[in-house]
Order: sequence, then structure tokens, then C-alpha cells
Amino acid sequence: MENNKKRYWRGLEELRNDESFVKHAESEFAELTPGEEKEYQSIVDGTNTHRRDFLKVLGFGMAAVSLAACDAPVTKAVPYLNKPEGEFPTLDNWYASTYSEGSDYSSILVKTREGRPVKLEPNTMSSITHGVSARVQSSLLSLYDIEKLKGPQKGEDTKVSWDMVDREITTQLAQIAGRNGAIRIVSHTVMSPSTKAVIADFIAKYPSTTHIMYDANSLSAIRRANEESFGQPVFPSYDLTKAKVIVGVEADFLGTWVNPGFFDTQYAATRKVSSAPNGKKDMSRHYQFESDFSLTGANADYRAAVKPSQIGLVLTALYNRVATKLGGKTITAPAVEVPYLDKAAADLIAAQGQAVVMCGLNDPAAQVVTNALNSLLGSYGSTIDLSAPLNVHQGNDLAMNAFIDEVKGGRAGAVILYGANPVYDHPRGAELAEALPKVPLSIAISDRADETAGLTKYICPAPHYLESWGDSEPRVGYYSLVQPTISRIFNTRQGQESLLTWAGLPANYHEYLRSYWRRNIFTQGGAGDFDQFWMKALHDGVFERKATTAATASFAGNVDAAASSIARTSAAAGSASGIELIIYEKVGMGTGRWANSPWLQEFPDPMTKATWDNYAKLSKKTAEELGIKQGDLVRVESKGGYAVELPALIQPGLANGTVAVAIGYGRAKAGKAGNGVGVNVYPMATFVGGFLSFYPGNVNVTNTGGYRELAQTQTHETVMSRESVIQETILSAYQKNNAAGRFIPEVETSEGPVVAPDLSLWNGHKYPNHSWGMVIDLNSCTGCGSCVISCQAENNVPVVGRQEVTRRREMHWIRIDRYYSSDAEEGDFQGQEIASENPAVVFQPMLCQHCSNAPCETVCPVAATTHSHEGLNQMTYNRCVGTRYCANNCPYKVRRFNWFKYFDNDNFDYHFNNDLGKMVINPEVTVRSRGVIEKCSFCVQRIQEGKLTAKKERRRPIDGEIVTACAQSCPTSAIVFGDLNDPTSLVHQLTLVERKGGRGFQVIEEINTRPQITYLVKVKNVDPDASATLDEEGEIKTPHTVDT
Amino acid sequence: MHVTSPVRPPLVTGGKTYADVTEDVCRHVEGKPTKEWKIAFIAALVVLIYGTACLFWTWWEGLGVWGLNKTVGWAWDITNFVWWVGIGHAGTLISAILLLFRQKWRTSINRAAEAMTIFAVICAASFILMHMGRPWLAYWALPLPNTFGSLWVNFNSPLVWDVFAISTYFSVSLVFWYIGLIPDLATIRDRAQNKVSRFIYGTFAMGWNGSAKTWSRYEYISLILAGLSTPLVLSVHTIVSMDFATSVIPGWHTTIFPPYFVAGAIFSGFAMVQNLMLITRVVYRLEDYITIEHIESMNKIITLTGSIVGIAYLTEFFIAWYSGVEYESYAFINRATGPYWWAYWAMMTCNVISPQLFWSRSLRRSVTWTFFISVIVNIGMWFERFVIIVTSLHRDYLPSSWAMFSPTFYDIGDYIFSFGLFGTLFLLFSKYLPVVNMAEVKAIIRSSSERLPKNISGVAKGARVANPSFNKDAE
Repeated sequence: MENNKKRYWRGLEELRNDESFVKHAESEFAELTPGEEKEYQSIVDGTNTHRRDFLKVLGFGMAAVSLAACDAPVTKAVPYLNKPEGEFPTLDNWYASTYSEGSDYSSILVKTREGRPVKLEPNTMSSITHGVSARVQSSLLSLYDIEKLKGPQKGEDTKVSWDMVDREITTQLAQIAGRNGAIRIVSHTVMSPSTKAVIADFIAKYPSTTHIMYDANSLSAIRRANEESFGQPVFPSYDLTKAKVIVGVEADFLGTWVNPGFFDTQYAATRKVSSAPNGKKDMSRHYQFESDFSLTGANADYRAAVKPSQIGLVLTALYNRVATKLGGKTITAPAVEVPYLDKAAADLIAAQGQAVVMCGLNDPAAQVVTNALNSLLGSYGSTIDLSAPLNVHQGNDLAMNAFIDEVKGGRAGAVILYGANPVYDHPRGAELAEALPKVPLSIAISDRADETAGLTKYICPAPHYLESWGDSEPRVGYYSLVQPTISRIFNTRQGQESLLTWAGLPANYHEYLRSYWRRNIFTQGGAGDFDQFWMKALHDGVFERKATTAATASFAGNVDAAASSIARTSAAAGSASGIELIIYEKVGMGTGRWANSPWLQEFPDPMTKATWDNYAKLSKKTAEELGIKQGDLVRVESKGGYAVELPALIQPGLANGTVAVAIGYGRAKAGKAGNGVGVNVYPMATFVGGFLSFYPGNVNVTNTGGYRELAQTQTHETVMSRESVIQETILSAYQKNNAAGRFIPEVETSEGPVVAPDLSLWNGHKYPNHSWGMVIDLNSCTGCGSCVISCQAENNVPVVGRQEVTRRREMHWIRIDRYYSSDAEEGDFQGQEIASENPAVVFQPMLCQHCSNAPCETVCPVAATTHSHEGLNQMTYNRCVGTRYCANNCPYKVRRFNWFKYFDNDNFDYHFNNDLGKMVINPEVTVRSRGVIEKCSFCVQRIQEGKLTAKKERRRPIDGEIVTACAQSCPTSAIVFGDLNDPTSLVHQLTLVERKGGRGFQVIEEINTRPQITYLVKVKNVDPDASATLDEEGEIKTPHTVDT
Repeated sequence: MHVTSPVRPPLVTGGKTYADVTEDVCRHVEGKPTKEWKIAFIAALVVLIYGTACLFWTWWEGLGVWGLNKTVGWAWDITNFVWWVGIGHAGTLISAILLLFRQKWRTSINRAAEAMTIFAVICAASFILMHMGRPWLAYWALPLPNTFGSLWVNFNSPLVWDVFAISTYFSVSLVFWYIGLIPDLATIRDRAQNKVSRFIYGTFAMGWNGSAKTWSRYEYISLILAGLSTPLVLSVHTIVSMDFATSVIPGWHTTIFPPYFVAGAIFSGFAMVQNLMLITRVVYRLEDYITIEHIESMNKIITLTGSIVGIAYLTEFFIAWYSGVEYESYAFINRATGPYWWAYWAMMTCNVISPQLFWSRSLRRSVTWTFFISVIVNIGMWFERFVIIVTSLHRDYLPSSWAMFSPTFYDIGDYIFSFGLFGTLFLLFSKYLPVVNMAEVKAIIRSSSERLPKNISGVAKGARVANPSFNKDAE
């Protein structure tokens, strides 16, 4: 430093150095002499005011008061005077993280704005998951759930400090451990290796501790069966991309089984076809044998509905058919009348080594037969991998049952419920609820005082995963990190830190996690030094060891014993005439963990399109036999005497003689949104041979005479043979003709027939620069609904509640239309309204089509909806006066009206009605006021942001840089968005290939709306009807064609 | 002057003299309100207050209090709007088109019919405001210069055409009605007993002095306004029909709509005139002015327009089938056999079958039957609009969005509001303004009044009962 000789003065007085200054220089507040006082005191102080200043003071006072009144005080805004590093107001920050909850897993990117997470997107670095499911996206909203606990509590009401909690718990734990009392940690599946290490450390401190894992939707039989069959108690991983034939037996692997995120991308890869000259023209063939009509069944080429008691026999029958041909050992099992068994067996045999059978039953015997079948088919080492298994479903039903017995017997000294809620989600929850308060020390590490936590002595609230550190290993060798994206909102502490504290270890889990990774994961092939490795892992979100090739495995299980066990179970399950209960999981709600998320509650079930409820699904035939109609309140009573009353829903395709009810509902202490929605059917589940079974056999179903209207977003089930809405074909036809199944509407003119859109009144629009468009492949859309919630999060779509959904006023900007096939002939409109008994299903995502000749634009009196020169149909909310003419005139019915004010309104007490919940609002998107129309904007905010970024960098936007929320979340890339004017874009290429002579069509083309969205014809890999033939065009000719 | 053919029945019965006309009509304006009027007025006011409360809540909470949904964006609101506009057609038709056709029988009914028109259009306009999500911004539908720069209304939109059509129709009707009132207002002014009414009626009479020149101007302006109004009668409902016809919704997108809507409007308008006049003539004892001949003439028009409407219904069905358009065919099959079949058949019964009863002379000359069928016709025409709007919307292109509409308490309450408004206005009119156009009736007394036999004298001949009570100062 150079010598700084500059002098600074505090004021001219100091410079002048006059006497009075020097005298007071040391004291902070100078006492002034009376003479000076007069000089220094201002009139504003109000002291010593001169008569002549009166008006001045008065005037100033008036002005000050009126100025103060002008501006409402801003109380809590903190200006970015000290800007946090890397934080730019109005710019997004992205962090890689992981959603890992029980067996649910998703590698995600978290978008934060001004320090708060506002959106979850898939992490493209992960090779495990590729989309963000509705449930994962909804977990974002749970971060801002106002009803979470705000600090530690003793019992349900007394708020205490962490110090006090720790002191009391540590003392009691030491006492219990000292007398060797049983300490039990109960959790769902833990896929986090470091958490397991924390628990191990805890156990080291208190050796009488056991960690018990259980799953509400248990599949513990799979590990048991693999132990028996291969000596490895693991959950295999699957590679469906290698599969030519997929047989699902009660395994809803696209909807709820294990984690659909593992399978849907792989599955869709086998289902995509292309009309390009050398495009892929083969598909996997998918058979599904199931009792409930699952999302997977809806996607299957062949589906058979089987009663739960017969499901096991399907496996044995399939096994025998395959074994006879492939020289395996046949087994004795009762015969079963199920269609497509022979066909499935033949296809499986033909696809040896490229086939897979997946079984969703939590029955070791059924899983052993499945393993035997897969072994025969040579699936191990190809489609199934035991060497890099999944870490899902580690729950052990037997251990959990033993634990409940222990608590009931008063043998448990301390119980730590780590994120688990067994009082609600375990069939023996009621027993536990009775016994738990008697346990000397009970602690819940939970985010709210739920059914279980409410009964414990201490509740140690854990933060949301977006506020936490953590890791996960969904598949052996595939790690991912969880990092906080917001500082903790409430006075919470991670469960790991609580356990470390009680174990007397340093309670810094972040450090613990780092050192765990340094010791265990970095050593598995991390590059550079650890800090670099750590930063990269944090940045990427994932660390994946080099993929190993799947190992083959030789089956050593006892098929005969398994077969006889299946036969026994089947016989015991119920008489043929009774109504069997199916307990199933819903795609959105899952096990009920996130029941307080209004997004999830209002998420329409992909199959039933019902929201805000669970219900008793009955097939049409069964319902008629029981005298039950849709919406009738029925009473379902299990053999054990547990009864629930819930509305009936007619589900075409459900096995006759069954009733299906979903878990995840009937929460008592989830919060405002989740409480009292539906009924809890966990208590109806049973244990067969110690394994949780969702098929408790026969139940009594009676009509109570009551009625409850179901909140469905779609009530009409069939497409009424409207070929310009849904176009589909079969694979063999498509292989002959790319345009098979296309319906090209023609109009008669004096010069002969013309293709409808060739006649137009309109001049059309010019899109000189960009032309934003979309391609939606009906063939790879599984109907999962990820896009619906993704759009809701991105575009601040309000939640309207059950009552409003019954009035058909849900606000979702994108919906998935689900159509069942009908057996009725064309022209029989009444008949066509009724779905087939086992219908084929088509899902069609429907959003604003951004028509180039938009019917909505011409009718708006105030020009609130206009056309952009980039192909967008724009909606100007603040110009809208709300005549709703546009909504009426929209042929796709995608416009939504704000019937009420949905924010700050106690009638809509969801997240828009409290300050915390509002933090999820995307600041880029207006929250719409009452009385205006809204609709899909093609995420215009993203388009704008992408264009600006490109412009700043003096380049064109790159394909894939601008993606709508729906397309981004889609796990199967069924939705492709981009610039149709950009020749390198995927959407341009797809349109080019498919529009002319390919699969591309626009919905209701004949009204000449010219949408920017092209749909691709759905192709099913089924054989043509025996009676039908294919002509050279690939058109299906049936002997009795209907005269049109 | 025109000479009425002697075979025609007289248009005014009872051998009325000029003085009788004045006396019979002014009696109600000048006298104290009768008990019947008071009861009716209080009833109307109560209905209006109730409806206003409903309307207030609709605006306070939002349109969600109605039964509309994402699929059916219009239902009772626009049904009521079109229904009231339709009713508002008869008045101008009677005063304008019938004037041009020199139909003298219109003179007794045109005043009340025009008043009805104006009030009906006010009711219709209230639904335009009501159906908006943000009614406080309704003025944005007007092409006003504004701070938004070049942002104007969308001239492509039929709703903007509506704004012009309805506002033009309303202003022309109002002017026409008012001009017609001036000679009568002057009569009342001249007879006024107190200063207040003399001042008020005098002000509105605009210095009418009954000179030949004023009469000549009056005739001219009436003719001009009749000429102006005539196309309006046709254009208003044509444009209202375009709200539907220019859309893409099957069941709306139909070229037959303009004539069909106009016929329907006249049909319902005449039915409403019948209802009102039948009550008024009894309550005000105007049987001599509004005779069975009037009723019969109007019933003939009801039958004619009802038949046009019926043919239009059948034509729609034929075209739906003949066009081969899948969606349109379905829309019409769905109307007749779908979930709203009852609305469709209510419409068919009321509008197509009931007016055909008037082929019977005794029925069309029966006051009771006329009143009854007029009510039925108005119900039927309400259903027609409901059928067109709701059954077309509820099942359009994509079956996934098909939905049902059911009205709520507020749908009904807001409809009731319009009845309260209409009733209140009409009762005020019938008390404070002459319900029959005295001046024009006097003009036909010479040619079309019933001649009584010479041997009849006294009241029956038209002798005055009491001294005339008009204001002598005016002379």
C-alpha cells in the first residue's frame, strides 16, 4: 500500500478547529450552549418554533402526512442491496437434485427464482429417469405447504426447542439402551446410502436398535423369490428396450408398479415408429393380464381382465405353455379360462431372449413362477439384470408385522418413526395406533403431525427434500445427490441430523454426506480430486458407475411348490360367484404420502378421469347385477368387518365380479386439502403367508341408496367413431402403408372432391421468422399425465376444488383425453356412447392447438385473443372482458374461464390463499383475475426467454433450447415442441416426414383451423381380425363393411 | 283519406267519438293509481328487488354462481338475451312495417307494443352486461378512442356487430316511440289539472301546438322513421343470429339462421304483445279500441311466423342429413334424442304445433285461447334459444369435453330480475303515459269506427258523461 497522507475532516468545524468544536469533539452528542441551540434546532423538531413558522410547520406536516398516506408501507421486501452471489433478480437458477421418497425416485433439476424453487424438470444427465411424473412435480407444492410443523413439538400441541427435545430424547435413549430395551427405527424403503450409514452409526451408539423398513405398497415377495430362485435377495432391474414381447401380469409398470419412471421411457422406445424412408417400423408387443384396468393395461396391445384369484393361475398357465415348448419342467395347476394365453405364450417363445414377464403380485410363489418363466425365456442377462439390481422396495412385511406385535406386546422401548406413517398406511395401523402411545419413548421424524406422528411423544419436523441434503442410490452403482435449493422455511431439522445428534455425533449432515461420498462413492471411479468430483456430482446431480453388462442367472427355485402354493391361494381367495376386492394404487395419489397437495388431489386419474376422491370401481356387468349405477354410494365390507362407503364408478374393462378401491385416500391428519377426501382402505388389505396382499378376497358390496357425484373431468367415454379426432391403425397395416389409418376429410365441389383444408376463406398468416409448433405421438403417449401437473406448476394454473370439478370447471391447460372403444356400429349413436366390455384405449393430450385460422380470434369483440407472427394464438388477459365466445367457438374446448377469483379467496383455500403457498407461483406468468379467459400459451414466457438469450448471444435459438413445460416433463418424449421454420429442428423433421403420406394428422382437419399441432396416428401391434384382410394400401377390409 | 272497404269490420267499436278517445285513454293517466295497478306494481317491484339481489351477488362473486362450465359457456344468459331481443321485435314491426303497409289496425296497439319493445331491449341489454366476466369493462366493446393506441374493437366479431345493431335499434325505437307520444303528451298537458304534470308533460310535449304544420312534420318524421326502422327490424335479429351462424359449432354454423331468427322474433314478439294487450284492454277497459279484430289479425301473424319457424326447424334437419357432415348430423340427432330431448320437444310442441290451432276461427277469436297460446309460444321460443345454445355446445366436436348444463339458483334469479325490470317499467308506462295512441286512433275514427244505429243515444252513442275536464286555459 502506498502511503496515504490524505486528511479527512468530519466537517468544516473540524477544519476550522474552532473552540466550541474542540470542546465537544470527543462526545458523540454535543451539548450545545443556549445560544447555539437556537441556531441549530430546526423548526421540524417542533421545539422553539417561531410564531411566523407556524404555517410552514403546518404545511410541512400536512404534506408529510399526505405523502405517508399515499404509499402503503412495504413491510417484508428485502432489497438486493447485498446481492447474493449468483443470484440475479428475474433470472432462473437451476440446481440438480433428486426426488427420492420410498421407492419413488426421480433425478430432477430445480428451477429457482429469487431463491425459491418454482419448477421441477427432468435431469437429462440421469440414465435412470427421463421425465418428471405428476407426483414428483406435485412434491414441489408440498414445500410450500402451510400446514407443516414449524418447529419441534412435544406431543401434538406443546411447542418446544430443539435443545430441550435433544436433551430429553438423548437421556431417555441412553436409559433404554442401558437396560437393553428395544429401540426401533421404522421407515419406508431407504435408498439413500448415507442415511443408511447414519442409521448404522446410530445403531452403533445404541446397539439395541433395529431398523425396520416397510412399504405401504409392498413388493417384498420379489426379494424373497429372487433369494429362493437365484440365491440373491434383490430386486432386479429391467431393460425393456431389449424386449420384443412384454407380458405384464398385474404389474402396472407404466402407472404405479415400483416406479414408472424406470420403465416408461424404455417402453416408449420400443413403441415408437417412423414413416421416414428407412424409419423404424417394428414395435414391441405388449400383453397385459390384470384385474384392475391399469394405465399399463390401457397401453397394451392385448389385455385380458382376470379376477385377482385367477391371476396366479395365469402365470402357471403361461409357464406351462412355455415350458412345454422350451423343454422346461411343467407344473400341475388348475386350468384357467383367459383369452390370449396361447398367443402370449407363442409370442414369448418366438421372442426368446427378447422377452420379459413382469409380475406385480406380492406373493413369493407367483414371483418364483415368474422367475422360472423368465429363466426359460432367457430374459436374465438380456431384459432382466440381477447384477445391478434396483434398490427399491426393501421393505420387509414380516419384520414390520413383528414390529407391530412387539409394540402391542409392550416390548418396544423406543420407536423412531422416520418419515413413515404406519398408523395410516399399514393394514394394522389401528392396532399400532392403540399401542403406540404406550411406548415409553416415541419419536416421529415427519413434516406434519400426521396420523402416526400425532400419537408420538416427540415430533421432530424434518424439512422438505428441496430444503435438504441427501443422496440416493436407486440402482446399484447409480448415485444421485439431493441438495437444498432454499434455506429452511421453518425451524426444522433433517432426520439424519436428528439421529446423529442423538447418537452424540457432530450433527452436520452436509459434512457427513461429503465424507461418506469421499469414502464410499468417490472411490468407485471419481475423476480428479474429491472437491472436483463433489462439485461435478452436485452439478450433474448424478454419478453413475460404468454400466455393467447384465449377467445371466440360473434358476434354482422350486416351481412345483410355488405352483401348488398358487393353486392354494387361488382356491382360498374366494368362490367364483363372490365379488373380489382389488386394492390398487392411483397414478397420482400413490400411497397417500402427498395427500395434502391440491395439485395431486385435482389431478385427473388417467383412466377414470376422476379427481378428489377414491371410489368403488365396478365393471358394467357387475354393477348391473348388483343394481348399482355410477355415483351410487356403495358399502364395501371386508370379511374382517371393516366397511367403507364410497361412490361407485363404472370402469369398463375391470374384471367382472370384482370391485376396485384405491389406497392413498381417507387421510385424517394430512391437512386441509387431504383430510376426509375419500376413504382409507389400507385396513382392508390382508397378509397371505406374512406378505401384504392387496387382494383380500371376497367382500360384500351393497347399494346404500345414497348418491355422491364423482368429480370427473371427462364423462363421455367413447370417441363416437369420429375419425378426424382419433386416428389409429395396426402395425401390419402401417408396415404396408405409412398413411394407414389416416382419415383425410374431403369436400365435394363442382370440380369434384377436394381435400377439406384446400378450401379456405382465409388468407392465412405469414410466419416469416419462427413458427412454433408441436408434434404429439399418440403411439408413445402412455397417458400418465405428467404434462398436466407440469403445466399447472409452470403456468400458475389454479386449483378449483372438488365442487367446481363436478361442475366441469377444472382449469388445467392441458388435459389427456381418454377414449374407450365401443362395439356399436357406426350410426348407432346411443350404442356408441357405451364402451366395450374390455375396451381398447387411446390417450390424446389436448391443449390449445394454436390454430392458424383460429375460431376464437375472430369472435372476440375486444381483440383480446390475437395471432402472433410466430404462429401463436395469444391471449391478452388484461384486455379480456369475459364474453366466453372464444371458449364456445373453440372446437377443441381448451379455453378456460375464471369463474371466480381463485386466489385470496377463502372459498378456494388452496395454495393461492396463503402467503407461503403463493411462493410456488411462477413470476414469469400472470395470475389471472376473475372473469377472464385463459389457455395454453405454448409457454410463451419460455419462448420469449429463449429468444432473448439467443439474441443476446447473437445467434438463432437452438432446437431443444426452448421447450414447453409439457414436452419437457414427458418421460416418453411423446410431445415434441420446436420451431417449424427451423429445418434442423426435430419438430420440423417429424412434421416433414409424417405430414405428407405419413402418420401426421390434425384434429378435426375439415373445419380448416390449421393447428400448429400435428398428432401421429396410434399404431397397435395387434393382428388383424381373423375375418379381415389388408389391401395393398394397408386399409383393413372387413367382410361386413358399414354403409356410410 | 283512405276509405275502408265497408265489408271490413270496424277497428273501433262502441261508436267512439274523438272526445271519447281522449277521455278513455287519459282517464288512466290523470286518475289516481287503481288498486289493481298498485298491487301489480308492488309485485313487480318485489320481483325486481329480488332479482337485483341475485344480480348483485352474481357480480360480486363472479359468474361461477351460474351453472355454466368449460364446455357450455353460454346458457341462460344468452338464451334470455336472445329471447328478450326477439320479444323486442314486435313493437317496431307494428309501428314501422305496418305503417308502411298502411295497416290501420296497428294504431290501437302500436304504443304499447313499442313500449314493450324498448323495455324488452333494455332487458336484453342487461343480459349482455350480465354475461360478461368483467362487466365494468363493457365499454371496451365500443370503438372509443382510447389510451391503448391503435387497440380497437375487433370488427370481425359478431358481438361487436351486436353492439351496433342493438344500440341502433334501441335508439331508433326510442325516438320513434317518443315522436309518436308527442301529440298525446300535448293532449295530457292541455288537460293537466296541476302545475307539476302540466310542466312535466309540457316539457316532453316539446311545444306541440297541433297546427297543420306540426301535424305535417309529424307525419313526415313518422314515415322517415318507419323507413329507417324497417331494415332494423330485419337487421337486429339477423345480426343476433350471426352470433351463432358465424361460429364453427355444429348446430350454430347454419346459413338459415337470419330469416329463421327474424321470423322467430316476430313470432315471440307478437305473442308477448298479445299477452300484454289482453291484460291491458281488460284492466283499462279498452275493449273498444283493442277489439277481437286486432287480436285475430295478430294471431294470423303468429300462425304465419310460427309456420316459418316450423319449416326452418325441418330444413335444419334436412340439411344436417343432406350435407353429410358428421358433426352437424350428430348435433341434430342429439337435439331430438340426446339428453336434452325434452327441451327440443318442448320447443317443437310450443312453437310448431300450438300456433297451428289458430287455423280454427273460433280459437283465434277467443281471448282465453289467444292468451294461453301466446304464453305457450313465449315458453317455446325461450326453449328454442336454449336448444340452439345449450344442446349445440354441450356436445360439439371432441366427445371428451361433452358436458351437461343445469341452472343454479342464480341463473333463475337473474332471469327473474329481467321480469321484474320489465314489469316495473311497463307498469310505470301504463300509468303515466297513454297506452293507446290517441292521435292515430282519432285519425281512423272517421273511416273505421263502428257506426251505431241512429236510435241509440246517450252513452252508447258516445254522449259525454261529465263535463270535459281538459284545461280550458290551453285554449
